[in-house]
Amino acid sequence: MRKIIKDGAIVEDSWIHVADDAALPAEGDIIVSWTRWQQEPDTLLKRNGRLGVQATGDVAPEDLAADRDKFSLIALEFPAFKDGRCYSHARLLRDRYGYRGELRAVGDVLRDQLFYMHRVGFNAFEVREDRDPEQALQALKDFDVIYQAAADVHEPVWRRRRSA
Amino acid sequence: MYIYDQYDQALVDQRVAQFRDQTRRFLAGELSEEEFRPLRLMNGLYIQRWAPMLRVSIPYGLLSSEQLRRLARIARTYDKGYGHFTTRQNIQYNWPALEKVPDILAELAEVQMHAIQTSGNCIRNISSDHLAGVADDEIEDPRPYCEIIRQWATLHPEFSYLPRKFKIAVSGSQKDRAATQVHDIGLQLVRNEQGEVGFEVLVGGGLGRTPIIGAVIRKFLPKRHLLSYLEAILRVYNLYGRRDNLYKSRIKILVKSLGPEIFAKQVEQEWEYLRDDAALTLENADIERMQQFFTLPDYDANAADDTRHEQQREEDPNFARWLAHNVLPHKQRGYRAVFVSLKAPGRAPGDMTDEQMEAVAELADRFSFGEARVSHTQNLVLADVRQADLYELWQALKAQGLATPNIGTVTDMICCPGLDFCSLANAGSIGIAEQINEKFDDLDYLYDLGPVRINMSGCMNACGHHHVAHIGILGVDKKGVEYYQITLGGTSGNDAALGDRVGPAVGKDEVADIIGRILKVYAEHREEGEPFLDTYRRIGLTPFKERIYA
Ligand code: SF4
Repeated sequence: MRKIIKDGAIVEDSWIHVADDAALPAEGDIIVSWTRWQQEPDTLLKRNGRLGVQATGDVAPEDLAADRDKFSLIALEFPAFKDGRCYSHARLLRDRYGYRGELRAVGDVLRDQLFYMHRVGFNAFEVREDRDPEQALQALKDFDVIYQAAADVHEPVWRRRRSA
Repeated sequence: MYIYDQYDQALVDQRVAQFRDQTRRFLAGELSEEEFRPLRLMNGLYIQRWAPMLRVSIPYGLLSSEQLRRLARIARTYDKGYGHFTTRQNIQYNWPALEKVPDILAELAEVQMHAIQTSGNCIRNISSDHLAGVADDEIEDPRPYCEIIRQWATLHPEFSYLPRKFKIAVSGSQKDRAATQVHDIGLQLVRNEQGEVGFEVLVGGGLGRTPIIGAVIRKFLPKRHLLSYLEAILRVYNLYGRRDNLYKSRIKILVKSLGPEIFAKQVEQEWEYLRDDAALTLENADIERMQQFFTLPDYDANAADDTRHEQQREEDPNFARWLAHNVLPHKQRGYRAVFVSLKAPGRAPGDMTDEQMEAVAELADRFSFGEARVSHTQNLVLADVRQADLYELWQALKAQGLATPNIGTVTDMICCPGLDFCSLANAGSIGIAEQINEKFDDLDYLYDLGPVRINMSGCMNACGHHHVAHIGILGVDKKGVEYYQITLGGTSGNDAALGDRVGPAVGKDEVADIIGRILKVYAEHREEGEPFLDTYRRIGLTPFKERIYA
């Protein structure tokens, strides 16, 4: 089983990515594409096991949010680490739409972006397969101070200074 | 000036450690060049024509003497003994060794400096007015807001992988000296009808390949909402800015394609959700706390009584010239703001040696409360000098070659590093500056011409802001030969305008000569006391064009 980072630890991934043209496994937790979810929502909801959906930055966060109760997991895909749209999508899902399920970063997910990803609300990371997730995990500890509020810390530095 | 507390210091220290590890992993082959690239860029490190180039952030252009001394030491220890000040009030080193950069960053952190976000697709250094706090047309000192924005933008998790770089400028004066209309966001402090001070918000200005003057999207933003409004603009840009084409990815293209009204509407919609977010709201106490770092220095109340500089001016015509051109009035009686000219003949515009930096640090301590500023015209400013000290200061600056009395004249050129250093350049720019300096060595002629702004860029990235110059010079490449395109009539002031292209590009050897012809046309047509820009606006391009291509 693949190892991923989840809630600050390395764990075995219990979820299965199901390709658009592959048959749905009878059991288990699956992640399907946003397209597939659009095409066969009923089938997907009826099966045993939890449902996750994977979307690129092309899928509007409000569309994802409209169906958020149906998903135990939302995976946002970074086709290249430089494509930063999903940082905003993550924050919107967490802060505006109150999504509380697993929010997973997939695609070009590398150590050096992890700190930011974590701050905008991702709690799970499929680190790119050729990289060591153990090393990537260290990135979450790169900084113990931050200036601005985000999905993780709600108190910006200027508010902490008020009491100083 | 702003002094770091434990949060600020911890952040820059941890940033140094992070980059040290990233550099180590890159040199060990664990990070590809492609992966290392954005990481080094976000720490100001480029790979240039000959060597890496490190850009160090000077927030809103303000430096303590201690910081300036450290910049000198870095120039001496890690570079070839000089640095280059840029149009965005930063400093660049042209010759650092890649593996030494973490050490340089550590040296900077010791004096509360860094190179964070001086490059890359993120929010860059916040620039401002070099006369902030001393200009008499100021509504409010912009620097506390610059520092608030700097902190909000630093390592912003949502806005560190934007479609493209993002530049913000803040001006607190009626006269715009911060070029707010050609920034991604320009913030202008204004007073509304109720007498309340807030911001006018401009978006989508910028130079480069597609120069555009920014559009006002909000006439009045209360201060408390500064950060929520910025967050709304950045979010709209991060979501909808183009990422498929490098040349269309700046916010100006988004604003232009939607139209400023629709863009403004999207921002306002987003802002509706954010405006009451306590984590983005500045209380008065937060602003006052920041303002306390930028209070007035301990001015000598009797400074105006000592008028020896008047006598000295009578006696020494060279001093008189310098006073007339490099020294500005001040809102405090008996004080002046002094330009340190980095435009001496024979030196690349904006360059300064380690020795000169140390000398100016010393002079700042003696004569200007230990602070210096960088102007976007690539000079330094000592902003709080007693009039009685001017003569001594002048002599000391002169001894260092920093008193060329040419501020605001033809030879006070803005100039990017060009082909000599920059790997993107089409053509040289430093050589052209030299040519112009040689041709226009008669100061009386320059004074007679009055204020003329010449800006030069070595390629259409426009780091030298050529579009907003009275006379702009742009290096172009024609089959491997350097040519120069001339524009006329631009300005980055309140009446911001982009220059008009005069016609086909001209050869390298002709540039200074053509500038000479342009200035002759002006001299012939001007009316009594009329500055270059006004004459140009009155008579238009044709008379110039006829002479240039005669
Ligand atoms: S304008 Fe072009 S040549 Fe000049 S510094 Fe910028 S990128 Fe380099």
